[in-house]
Amino acid sequence: MPIFVKRLLAALVIVLLLIAMNEYMSEQGLFGFGVPPYYARVIMLAGINIILAVSLNLITGFTGQFSIGHAGFMAVGAYTSAYLTVYYAQAWERSLAGMIGTGLAHALIFLLAILVGALAAALAGLVVGIPSLRLRGDYLAIVTLGFAEIIRIVILNIDQVGGATGFTVPAYTNFLWVGAFAVVTIIIVYNIVHSDIGRALVSIREDELAAEAMGINTTQYKVLSFVISSALAGMAGVLFGHYTSFLSTNDFQFIRSFEIIIMIVLGGMGSLTGAVLGAIVITIMPELLRQLPGDFSKYRLVVYSALLIIIMLTRPQGILGTREFGLSWLKRAPKRPEGDKPAGEKGVSIAEQGPPSAIDQKKEMENR
Amino acid sequence: MKRLLISLGIIASFVFALACERKGGPGAGGNSGPIVIGYYGDLSGRTSNFGQSTKNGVEMAADEINKAGGIDGRQITILSEDDEGRPEKAATVVTKLIDQDRVVALLGEVASGNTLAAAPKAQAARVPMISPSSTNPAVTQVGDYISRVCFIDPFQGDVMAKFAANTLKAKKAAIMLDFNSPYSRGLTEFFEASFKKLGGEIVDKQSYTQGDRDYKGQLTAIRSKNPDVIYVPGYYGEVGVIAKQAKQLDIKAPMLGGDGWDSTQLWDLGGDALNGDYISNHYSVDDPSPAIQKFVADYKARYGNVPDALAALGYDAMKVLADAIKRAGTTEEPQLKDAIAATKDFAGVTGTISLDKDRNAVKPAVVLKLQDKKYIYVETIYPEGMTAPATAVTPVAAPSTSTSPAAAPATSPARPGTTASPAKAASPAAGTRSTASPS
Amino acid sequence: MDTFVQQLINGLTIGAIYALIALGYTMVYGILRLINFAHGDIYMVGAFVGYFMAFQLGFAAGPSLMGLSVVLIGSMIAAALVGMAIERFAYRPIRKYARMTTLITAIGVSLLIENLFVARLGAAPRAFPQLLQEKSYTLFGNAAISKSQILIFAVSVALMLLLQWVIFKTKVGTAMRAVSFNLNSAKLMGINTDFIISFTFALGSALAAAGGVLTAQYNPQIDPLMGIITGLKAFVAAVLGGIGNIPGAVLGGLLIGIAETFVVGYGQNVGVPTTFRDAVAFAILILVLLFRPTGLLGSTVQEKV
Repeated sequence: MPIFVKRLLAALVIVLLLIAMNEYMSEQGLFGFGVPPYYARVIMLAGINIILAVSLNLITGFTGQFSIGHAGFMAVGAYTSAYLTVYYAQAWERSLAGMIGTGLAHALIFLLAILVGALAAALAGLVVGIPSLRLRGDYLAIVTLGFAEIIRIVILNIDQVGGATGFTVPAYTNFLWVGAFAVVTIIIVYNIVHSDIGRALVSIREDELAAEAMGINTTQYKVLSFVISSALAGMAGVLFGHYTSFLSTNDFQFIRSFEIIIMIVLGGMGSLTGAVLGAIVITIMPELLRQLPGDFSKYRLVVYSALLIIIMLTRPQGILGTREFGLSWLKRAPKRPEGDKPAGEKGVSIAEQGPPSAIDQKKEMENR
Repeated sequence: MKRLLISLGIIASFVFALACERKGGPGAGGNSGPIVIGYYGDLSGRTSNFGQSTKNGVEMAADEINKAGGIDGRQITILSEDDEGRPEKAATVVTKLIDQDRVVALLGEVASGNTLAAAPKAQAARVPMISPSSTNPAVTQVGDYISRVCFIDPFQGDVMAKFAANTLKAKKAAIMLDFNSPYSRGLTEFFEASFKKLGGEIVDKQSYTQGDRDYKGQLTAIRSKNPDVIYVPGYYGEVGVIAKQAKQLDIKAPMLGGDGWDSTQLWDLGGDALNGDYISNHYSVDDPSPAIQKFVADYKARYGNVPDALAALGYDAMKVLADAIKRAGTTEEPQLKDAIAATKDFAGVTGTISLDKDRNAVKPAVVLKLQDKKYIYVETIYPEGMTAPATAVTPVAAPSTSTSPAAAPATSPARPGTTASPAKAASPAAGTRSTASPS
Repeated sequence: MDTFVQQLINGLTIGAIYALIALGYTMVYGILRLINFAHGDIYMVGAFVGYFMAFQLGFAAGPSLMGLSVVLIGSMIAAALVGMAIERFAYRPIRKYARMTTLITAIGVSLLIENLFVARLGAAPRAFPQLLQEKSYTLFGNAAISKSQILIFAVSVALMLLLQWVIFKTKVGTAMRAVSFNLNSAKLMGINTDFIISFTFALGSALAAAGGVLTAQYNPQIDPLMGIITGLKAFVAAVLGGIGNIPGAVLGGLLIGIAETFVVGYGQNVGVPTTFRDAVAFAILILVLLFRPTGLLGSTVQEKV
């Protein structure tokens, strides 16, 4: 089969699956069966977290730039698009609906909102990125954290978007949107990572000086990956805001940025499937722990943080390390030892050597 | 290939495990078996002291009802979930309580932001929700299944403004608000508007956020403006320290606050610095009325500390709900919702509660003076449309506030079967009144 | 003018506390290149140890200098032990791994301490007993300084001088500097690096605990989450001064304290609403780092290839 037919088929299967899942998770259910609303909600939030984790992985996992301000970009996307949908969208939707029908108008408006949110977040990413990417390591980390806090405090001061009380926005998001954009995000990041841009990004992560010496414009690439990453986070913010249909700055405190970092480190930095896995684990774990019996349930978050530490202590490179989990892994005979891949396998080749820290550590020692 | 098949199998079984048959509407109603009620609140986050207090009040009320034989012989079960003080989680746990635990009604949240996030879920699933202490007006506008037992920001802000302007004859007020708290901002907004309308002037407005360690910067700025009163609509944790630091800076103007001040911890934190300050509240723990004293004593025996306003409101929310279930005679949601909305002159600990057409509690507020670790009754201020009962002897209050006496019936005696004394809210602390009346 | 002096005093007080906590961040970073996110919680632990000691030992009854010093020193020792335990059990096993891993572990430890305290003690603020007879001294005009503020200045200056002495005049201090310069070479020189790292955590934690007890005298409200914001600002102070640099941490702390207070006091005159107070620390940090990427006193490290 020619490659494009294969891809077309794959896309078709994914779309059909998403539509079926969407029905399955909706209020009516599919053929009378459906996912209970609580599970559906957790799945939706996991989907949004996947977008966040995968997008952060681009800048932190693949480019090696330590950003802990992702919640800020998410907030920018969420609030900008919510401003649009709350104050303008209904009028537009009505005038559009006459021409192309309600459903399509609805979808178009929301698509526009997502684009606007992503653009606004990208712009914020550019504004933050250009000056701060001169900084290295922990300095960059604290500056991104600072920007996220400043964004939050600025939003808190804008009464048009609810200030401290919160902002009620229309609920547009359903599983189709989240699933589709999670897939799109993964494809975008996958393609970037496996293009020559991706090579440049990884080389920056491995050794910035050497990359520069090889003629890579490190600043340009860093800003690029930062902007893309922010845009995707903004998109996740739009989906989040229009799913919870209530925006409050309390949902964008730095603990959320931490959570996203935890997802990618837990899953394995520099692994796409790892980020997906981490997002799912971190979304579901606190909910599962609600099942703790009786009096013990007040230790829910204690158990959660203890588990976090234990996972980091026992698997410091994350659950997947830099490996990827995919169809090729599934097809492989189970006997074969881990990490040993069939030759000519593509897609898994980023930094396959040793513990991920080896180079990091070496560089550090020299820096002292 | 084997792996692929196994994985597909796992995924498929996972998806089917998730499936459940869809039934029309929530399946929680019915008229037999225990009554399951959901409580959600912050039990682990920054505001978890509020969530915990409310939970204590709710559970105590439920236990009292159960000990007295339940509602029509049915026992109450309270299921509590922690939302970590995050709006996103609030909506998640409410979904869980409705969907997994099939609760017939919900009680919660303290913070308006979290209630606003969760209320649409309850409204969509048609499960009645009573918020014990979310004061933002928007909360009950979510829909007809949402109600509350506390007064709303406009009323409380108004009460203090009137008290400051009319009773204390203040001309210049400064405000120090908790900027992150919708409660504090709501009170500020309405205090400001009302105080200006009464001819006063707001000379300075400063803000802090929960978790700050130092307030002297703001207080120094306020001091340089020389206000007659300082309005601090915050929570006790910060307020006690603010009072103390104000005294260290030699600020003489009295501070005014809201029900967020009500806690015994306030005295530990602020000590003597609080003397001479005033708060608006639902009731006074030092009120000699037997119903209140019984509540305070029971709470103390059970939890080891004096209840704060949030515990009292949680207690009342549970009692109002139980009363509505009793009156409805069923836990079917639509009837229950109507019964809650019809709550009238319910004698709660925090005052006589009636719900208006927007399902907001209409009840009088009391102004208390803080003196030597006691809340001393000063006056009762009635909401518009509610008159002072004839029995109330209010030396300084009322005439300015009850503008439309004809609009609503006067407080009627409490229904038989409830323990509260008639018109209790109007005459708290009869014993301390004479000492407390401002000259 | 007296308002200005008053604001300066207020700012320096809060700045001194930030500085005490920032020292711990900066020392640990200097040695391990680790942002110890749990450090803010050590500050909280210190305050709580002091709280329980004061009640257990009966010092809560009334102010006494004796009580204050016992509580202060006791909580410093306890916090030092906690800091050492955290290092031993959470950080040492993964020291050789990527910094991201240690960072997440640090966040995990921080969450664990906070959640454990909330679950055990509840998040309700508690009132720290008054161990110091509070008294205000009028300087001139309206400007006043309270006894607790004087205490904060005195103790923090004393502790900073002591720290300076430890680092530059003692054998352990020399070893600390060697480890911070190059961990592996230090090891080759026969320095017991594990011990030195442990010692650094103890030192930093003790300082944070002192900060905790001192603020509790100034602002008696303590709660299990008090370390989050204060810790974050102290961390910002450490980065502002140049992380890894000890005088820098002190300078950063004082600067942030003063800046915050002045935004509150004078921000409105120049169009900055006081509600932006919490953003100011970050704004200053960002501005400074744009011009001095390694902080105010940080040395520019030339990266070797």
